[in-house]
Amino acid sequence: MKVTGTEIVKRGMAQMQKGGVIMDVANVEQAKVAEAAGAVAVMALEKVPSDIRAEGGVARMSDPAMIEAIMGAVSIPVMAKCRIGHFAEARILESLGVDYIDESEVLTPADDNYHIDKSQYKVPFVCGCRDLGEALRRIGEGASMLRTKGEPGTGDIIEAVRHMQKVNQQIRQISVEKPENLMAIARDLRAPYELVQEVHANGKLPVVNFAAGGVSTPADAALMMNLGADGIFVGSGIFKSEHPEKFAKAIVTATAHPTDYHLIAEVSKNLGSPMKGIDVATLADADKMAPRGME
Amino acid sequence: MTIGILALQGAVAEHQNMLEQCQVESKLVRTRQDLEGLAGLIIPGGESTAIKKLLVREEMLLPLKEMVKAGFPVFGTCAGLVLLSQTDSLAGFDGQVVRNGFGRQQDSFEESLSVVGLDEPFLGIFIRAPYLESVGSEVKILAKTDDGRIVAASQKNVLVTAFHPELTADPRIHELFINEIVNKK
Repeated sequence: MKVTGTEIVKRGMAQMQKGGVIMDVANVEQAKVAEAAGAVAVMALEKVPSDIRAEGGVARMSDPAMIEAIMGAVSIPVMAKCRIGHFAEARILESLGVDYIDESEVLTPADDNYHIDKSQYKVPFVCGCRDLGEALRRIGEGASMLRTKGEPGTGDIIEAVRHMQKVNQQIRQISVEKPENLMAIARDLRAPYELVQEVHANGKLPVVNFAAGGVSTPADAALMMNLGADGIFVGSGIFKSEHPEKFAKAIVTATAHPTDYHLIAEVSKNLGSPMKGIDVATLADADKMAPRGME
Repeated sequence: MTIGILALQGAVAEHQNMLEQCQVESKLVRTRQDLEGLAGLIIPGGESTAIKKLLVREEMLLPLKEMVKAGFPVFGTCAGLVLLSQTDSLAGFDGQVVRNGFGRQQDSFEESLSVVGLDEPFLGIFIRAPYLESVGSEVKILAKTDDGRIVAASQKNVLVTAFHPELTADPRIHELFINEIVNKK
């Protein structure tokens, strides 16, 4: 007898994406460019994070017609974003049949207290995290996949690096900790005790963790893969670059061969300008997306 | 004896764990040179379109196709089944494949399967899985879903499953590959 929507099929979907690149696309044409370049999935959203940043205002779920058009145009999985805590947007996206939902800080949060109870859905969710406590709270709510938050739409890799380093350092610390200390660690991390025990026992997260928020060159992708990312999300980095097709292909190659520096050098030649970007250090606190939905 | 795992994209570490459980040495395969000296190869689950593009870029598609044709043992799960069946990919298996044959991710499912050669049922985990619409006369059908779709089969040196044994803790299908295909070559 068939059973759908189980934890293993939701988490398994993310496992199948490992070593791959998930690209933000704003229309059918971009989705086809992403698929042709070897993307493992596309994230359908009307405006990439750098445009959301530039235009300001409230950022919401994308037009369902645009999402459906992309679903009809490519054979790879299609993801879409809902606002943090906006379970009605999530249910609408689920009803469209999207393959994954990103409960994302790139959009304006709808609830500053509660995230969506993701365990109740057939569709899997990915969520952002800046540290292990945040990662385990999201898994506790039912997220099947994680990604670093980074600082979306900046093209600056520093925040993604910080978040990946932080999560992995905390995992290493827990894995050598005495079992009797785990409750205090769960308290300090504000994380579910059972998940802290699981990390202690296995020395790794129970779901895959991709890098996101600032990846804009093949070298950035290789950096994050070597820091322990399972795969790469690229938001503004591809379609805000001078030659999106070349950038997309080069980032896919660098993600698949993250230690083959001769090859990465080869695909990085004459790529043209990457997205212009913003130095995160010059960004006002109010303009940062990563602190959204910290609870 | 070393079995390779195609490591361009997908669930690579999961197959490594399985081979470790079977006490067989594994090697990650990322280039054409890596294909040398292997007793067999596993093509993992992942996105078949992405893996195919990387195989072409690495100039591995044609050499691997020739090896499979010449009798090199290969085990493909999900995307691996797709690549082995498509005539414009590896063309190593005589079957008509339907990609994403059960639907999108929300239709992904688990189902207990009877598999030829195994005494007890096997938990099939199907993720945006393909199935085989029809197979050639040389193909041995190993498992079907309750609704009658072919989801595991073998043909001489090739074993394919539409589901993901590597997502379970059950190494029996990997053992089948090692005992019935790799060791009998």
